[in-house]
Amino acid sequence: MSNIVFDAVTRVFRRDGKDFPTLDGISLEVRDREFVAIVGPSGCGKTTCLRMAAGLEFPTSGRVSVGGKEVTEPGPDRAVVFQQFALFPWKTVWDNIDFGLRNKGVLEAERRRRVGDIITLMGLEGYESAFPHQLSGGMQQRVAIARAYVLDPDVLLMDEPFGALDAQTRTVMQEELVRLARKNPRTVLFITHAVEEAVYLSDRVVVMSRRPGTIREVIDVASVRQSENWDRLERIEEVMDQDSFVHLRTRIWKLLREQQAPNDH
Amino acid sequence: MATLTTRTTTSGLIALGLAGAVAFLALWTLLALSGVVQKQFLPTPLGVLQRFVELTQSPFVGHTLQQHLLSSLGRFGMGFGLAAVIGVSLGLAMGWFRWLDEIVTPFFDAVRFIAPIAWVPFAALWFGTGIGGPTLIIFAGAFPPALINAYRGAKFVDVRLLEAARMLGTPGWKIVTHVLLPASVPSIVAGLRISAGLGWQSLVGAELIVASSGIGYLMVKGQASISTATVMAGMVAIGLVGVLIDVILRRVEAGIHRRRGRGE
Repeated sequence: MSNIVFDAVTRVFRRDGKDFPTLDGISLEVRDREFVAIVGPSGCGKTTCLRMAAGLEFPTSGRVSVGGKEVTEPGPDRAVVFQQFALFPWKTVWDNIDFGLRNKGVLEAERRRRVGDIITLMGLEGYESAFPHQLSGGMQQRVAIARAYVLDPDVLLMDEPFGALDAQTRTVMQEELVRLARKNPRTVLFITHAVEEAVYLSDRVVVMSRRPGTIREVIDVASVRQSENWDRLERIEEVMDQDSFVHLRTRIWKLLREQQAPNDH
Repeated sequence: MATLTTRTTTSGLIALGLAGAVAFLALWTLLALSGVVQKQFLPTPLGVLQRFVELTQSPFVGHTLQQHLLSSLGRFGMGFGLAAVIGVSLGLAMGWFRWLDEIVTPFFDAVRFIAPIAWVPFAALWFGTGIGGPTLIIFAGAFPPALINAYRGAKFVDVRLLEAARMLGTPGWKIVTHVLLPASVPSIVAGLRISAGLGWQSLVGAELIVASSGIGYLMVKGQASISTATVMAGMVAIGLVGVLIDVILRRVEAGIHRRRGRGE
């Protein structure tokens, strides 16, 4: 079982001898194979939550564990998709995706099969020997998602993965991520500031308050998706047209609005 | 006045450069012919050129100019090669392994202020005047910039790439070879250009004192036989080879930048 548990997590930055609390008592469980999105105003510490699950940052107090084990360092069991892709510019698409499997010591024949499969799945055929700078932003993010997925990780951590993409590409990638997640379910923690994206993709949406970040509310999307049978709809705009979708979106939107600073919008 | 930089054409700049060189040579010739300085101590440019050609054809102190140069280049290759390999690998490793940085830095900071020429007596005592001594001296000149630039390159690698590498389960040594090294190539090559220049300078200095062949040795012998033309022909040869080394490394650098394109 590979859940993510935040247990009374706080995080305080110290600068010039002063304390700046960024997270204040976060307790949350992302259950096994559940897709949870965190939304919140900028600076609320949502990315910090993800980075703590990844082992790239650590709580000041409290505990973050994945699959029952406290997180102490980054590792391929917790694959991260970064907002700015972070592909190796000197490696080809194939080698970028292959790199993590090599580190794990996976044998050549199996690596070839797995990398080939994920390249097909992500629609990257024909680009195997291209370098990242030769690809569009959307294609680069496909490579970054493929690089994470190919590791067959217990949990997938996505930090505003579509934030740097244009609107059309973003829509396509959202649809593909839903396809991928249904076909190949993973425990996913997804950070975004786009409310519609959060509702469209997740089982639950966590709304955070502004800094110091606390959990304002957790909204169950999965039960609505099931009862309204969103999955029968192929296109994102059809889902977004559903009254049930609009209702959830508006509710989250209102919660977020309450979190805005008075002079900030 | 701002038009000077924008309007001056490339051919204009070349003409200016040529004019400077011609003026310099003319002054030199005038001074040599005027008899103010004894001919033995100031040959004309033409005299130096003649001597240069002569040295390429008939041996001086055992070897022709080319053979002396080859012997110098061999030592240069040894010392510079060692400095490049050790300096770059150590610099990159120090950029990742904090403990290595802590061990090496104080020692390195103390040693790098010993000028290459100050290594000469020690080098001669320990490694002799053949290949070993001069190799150590050029190593002393070429090593610091190779190490420092590789280290700086490693320290300025995009932190997101390092996080990605750690997330992908990359072991420490492989982060050095697969992330720090390729990411630092521009900085490393820039450092090696400085290394090569300093190394070449220190080598010729070393040969003035230790060595029984080489371009520095040729010049010392020229000095002993009070042949200023020989000494100056040697200086010309040093300058030409120095430029050649730099041109080659510049082309390597340009090639690397071209191949990396816009991909950083």
